[in-house]
Amino acid sequence: MITFTLNGQPVTTDSAPTRRLSEVLREDLGLKGTKVGCDAGDCGSCTVLVDGRALCACLTPAARIAGAHVETVERETPELTRLRTAFLRHGAAQCGICTPGMLMAAVDLLRRNPTPSEAEASEALGGVLCRCTGYRKIIAAVCDTTDSAAITTGGVGTALQRIDGAAKVAGDLFGADVVPDGALTLKAIRSPHHHAAFTFGDLTAYAQRPGVAGVFTAADIPGLNRFGVIPPFADQPAIAPSPARFRGECVALVAFEPGVTPDLSDFPIHWQERPAQMIPAEAETSSHLIHDNRPGNRLTEGRVVKGDAAAALATSAHIVEGEITTAFVEHAYIEPEAGSAWMEGDVLNIRACTQAPVMDRDDTATILALPHDRVRIRPSAVGGGFGSKLDVSLQPLLGLVALKTGRPVRMTYTRQESMASTTKRHPAEIRGRIGCDATGRITAVAFEGRFDTGAYASWGPTVANRVPVHASGPYLTPHVHARARAIHTNGPVSGAFRGFGVPQAAIWQETLFDQLADKAGIDRLEFRILNALTDGDLSATGQVMQATGIRECLEALRPHWYRALAEAQGKPGRGVGLASCWYGCGNTSLPNPSTIRIGITPSGQIVLHQGATDIGQGSNTVIPQIAAQALGLPVELFHLIGPDTFLTPDAGKTSASRQTYVSGRAAHDTARALRSQILRLANASDAATLSLANGTLTVTEGTTRRDIALASQPIGEDGYVLLAEETYDPPTAPLDANGQGKPYAVYGYGAQLVELHVDRALGTVKLLKITAAHDVGRAINPQLAEGQIEGGIAQGIGLALMEEYLPGRTENLHDYLIPTTGDVPPIQSILLEIPDPEGPFGAKGLGEHVLIPTAPAILNAIRHATGAKITRLPALPHRIRAAILGAKP
Amino acid sequence: MLFARPDTLTQAIALRAQGMRVLSGGTDLYPGASAELSGDVLDLTAIPALRDMTQGPDGLRIGACTTWSDLVEADLPPALTALQQAALQVGGRQVQNAGTIGGNLCNASPAADGVPPLLVLDAVVELTGPTGARSLPLDQFIIGPRRTALAQGEILTAITLPHSALTGRSAFVKLGARAHLVISIAMVAVRISLEKGHISHCALAVGSCGPVACRLPRLEAAILGLTLSQALEQITPTALDALSPIDDIRATAAYRREAAAELLRRAVTEAA
Repeated sequence: MITFTLNGQPVTTDSAPTRRLSEVLREDLGLKGTKVGCDAGDCGSCTVLVDGRALCACLTPAARIAGAHVETVERETPELTRLRTAFLRHGAAQCGICTPGMLMAAVDLLRRNPTPSEAEASEALGGVLCRCTGYRKIIAAVCDTTDSAAITTGGVGTALQRIDGAAKVAGDLFGADVVPDGALTLKAIRSPHHHAAFTFGDLTAYAQRPGVAGVFTAADIPGLNRFGVIPPFADQPAIAPSPARFRGECVALVAFEPGVTPDLSDFPIHWQERPAQMIPAEAETSSHLIHDNRPGNRLTEGRVVKGDAAAALATSAHIVEGEITTAFVEHAYIEPEAGSAWMEGDVLNIRACTQAPVMDRDDTATILALPHDRVRIRPSAVGGGFGSKLDVSLQPLLGLVALKTGRPVRMTYTRQESMASTTKRHPAEIRGRIGCDATGRITAVAFEGRFDTGAYASWGPTVANRVPVHASGPYLTPHVHARARAIHTNGPVSGAFRGFGVPQAAIWQETLFDQLADKAGIDRLEFRILNALTDGDLSATGQVMQATGIRECLEALRPHWYRALAEAQGKPGRGVGLASCWYGCGNTSLPNPSTIRIGITPSGQIVLHQGATDIGQGSNTVIPQIAAQALGLPVELFHLIGPDTFLTPDAGKTSASRQTYVSGRAAHDTARALRSQILRLANASDAATLSLANGTLTVTEGTTRRDIALASQPIGEDGYVLLAEETYDPPTAPLDANGQGKPYAVYGYGAQLVELHVDRALGTVKLLKITAAHDVGRAINPQLAEGQIEGGIAQGIGLALMEEYLPGRTENLHDYLIPTTGDVPPIQSILLEIPDPEGPFGAKGLGEHVLIPTAPAILNAIRHATGAKITRLPALPHRIRAAILGAKP
Repeated sequence: MLFARPDTLTQAIALRAQGMRVLSGGTDLYPGASAELSGDVLDLTAIPALRDMTQGPDGLRIGACTTWSDLVEADLPPALTALQQAALQVGGRQVQNAGTIGGNLCNASPAADGVPPLLVLDAVVELTGPTGARSLPLDQFIIGPRRTALAQGEILTAITLPHSALTGRSAFVKLGARAHLVISIAMVAVRISLEKGHISHCALAVGSCGPVACRLPRLEAAILGLTLSQALEQITPTALDALSPIDDIRATAAYRREAAAELLRRAVTEAA
């Protein structure tokens, strides 16, 4: 028995002496506020205080807390209350998975130093990783010792604190944090090889071992053992039959009885490793086909052809040519995949982290041969997604076992399992040429991209189609020839990651633009402004552009640009770089609808059925703000339901920077429809104002006032007296064989300016400041928009300088590096509002745009500082040093 | 599975003789483990004698279970500045509060942050077994990646820094691809003394540039008696013949050798 003090209260536990304190707290004592991100001391999300000292609970043996005082995020103290408020006020919590660890590390700091400087806070929080925020708002919150209140009311344009924020700063409930009583523990057997055949030993005997509740293989799958985010390309088995096509692929499941420590060490499986195809260039000409029906291991190819690029380049005054190679990049959300499943009657319930509940339902139903109305997806809070939680991971696995056993079941991926088995950013090999005329106007872009799409299709087709559309950047380009092909290998599955291949393409295009500007003898910023797309211009796909904000973004950077150049002048190692982005919001030329429902109850509650998953970006706040503004009633009167596939209509997936625009527009239209109903009841015009109190809806127009007693209205089947539901689908048009058409209805724009210092002798980079100008159409919530910018920049920094996923080698968070507090410089956000007529109140998407310019702007600044041209990412110190040595003096 | 957390060294030695696995800070043992540690575990962290720092006849004795934070917070002479700087760069504060100097040595990672600063302090490890204690210079204790000279039944109980090594000033420089929580690409520790502008004593060590961190005796001899600027000229990649860096995911061998020389120049400058 171990007796200790937990948050001021005496506690006794019979936990094993070497049990991780994180397990003691979460499993034995039921306190789920302490999060587990790595079980290795790499992420700090399990930070607790033991006798006042911050420790990783995952590295602390239970025996060592005997007689000690353990403090967790569940503690209530004045300093924690103040910190929680400051986190909400500053927007320091996005997904919330790192928040408990950050809060406890901050408490540790503030007890030692009640008024820390920014540098001291950065140092003190250096042991906790965050993948969403870029740290700046967390540091600001920790240093803010005032007691001012956050904004809790206001319409569109208000920096309202997150509506779901209180849960985030208390320790939200993620996939691993709700466990049904009596749940089995599910573990996967995964391929240790990139490519290997396998056979099982005596599974029946294994299944009869004490503590084992069942063993499941591909043979147990009742439906079609195949999933995929794009149905025509669906090719990935939930549980693979032999052979396994990538390291980390699931080949069997073992369900353990509750309370049993899972041990898979002698699971009866025999592996026969086969030669693996790991290099896309070789895979293209190899006779070893990863999928028999895809010759040349080619999944698909996208192309955009406008005019005659070759001819235009031949007569261009200036031409640059270059290539760029990027690595697999891991999403590295701090929440490894987790969830649980159980049966309610004949309905399978799955509660797990996800970005796409309806797609989860559809894929799981197909795999388990269930009709859609027997699968209910109930998303947990999501501890970061960034694209990888669009594809199903453990949903069909949990579903299979709950269905087969009739028992509740839980599953939590280890960090290694999460990294090895889920999708990655596509490695890209891009080459081509860009030309301009003597005045600096772009003449043509010729782009050739090969993307390593890994073992299965996932979002490979999206990358192949999106990249050529965006390859010429937000610039008027009369002649374009862009081709991108997705090639299978036995590497990890490449899928969606914030930008769908466009960040890789922008690295190529924006770094070449700097070289071209130099050749043309034009300032790099002015060169971009000269070529910026403007309203009425034709894009690479022949689309007539509207609400085109790139020029405004670049012009907003102008004073910063010349200030930064002047400051860098004469200082060895100092560099200034710039890059732009554009990005189409929503699916590429494919239907992409969102539906939102709003009802008013007889007692006067406004219920927003909001099916858009909030993975930290803020749709739980932005969608209500839009709905409230459009309806004309205050946001705090709204009650949120969902997402839940039984309770919310389909608001699509949280991807493609579409929720604020598409679901927001659906919310806007729904709220407007509801408002029209109310106005009709009151015989009032749209000039009327609404108010709602004590079950009475009051419509006031001039001196006329009409009270609607909601309880006296007829009640519909849903229990609402007033109800509206509207769908919005972006008006796009298909792309023809040359990629001509209208792929997106709305584009967002941005440009970022990086100031840095390169240590020439070591090849290391110190970022000094990033200034980011983004055209968001309308900033529905400026604080959340800034949060997206800062978080996207942090991921762009990682992409540029440190992130490289190597299967089998960097499957943890100490060999795979993501930025820490000290790696993200001060960021100045400039929000520009060029309203788009399609977006709700003019709003455009932002989530992916923000990552795109960062990496090329960093590379451009490195070149400005040193002359070094980096052509392989990440730009690790040895690569920068080699490029410096190779640069002409 | 047995677990013991004795409060005397005698008990610990007796338990260790039974083959129990030693647990100190836990920062290297828990990664890779399941919900609890496997095997019989002997937790050394309740033994007061293993966690103190005392001046004795042989020098400064640092108990093996002294944490990084203990080192940072202790009032130590400038010769130990490098060790304190290293301590501040072992993981985050959470890891520094748990991880111990003895554990770092026994784990014997080529990238162990504690080793170069201890090498320049001429550290001697104290290994205690059933038949008593023996001493080994640190460079004879770590014999390869993840390999030490710890004999069966022994516990690393202390690190002793001889009086002669407690002089001069020291510096530690670590190179990685990010600001915090980084496994070094290369790192160096130096301890030097200057007399009338000339180097009167110097110790140089490099980590992450070979299977084990090592001193650079030839270069140390070469710069003895030189002025600082003369010494810096001598610290070149070609002078680092003792190193055997490799290409890996973090850097190339050639880069490491070059970077090690640069880091040494900076550390010498800082310590001078």
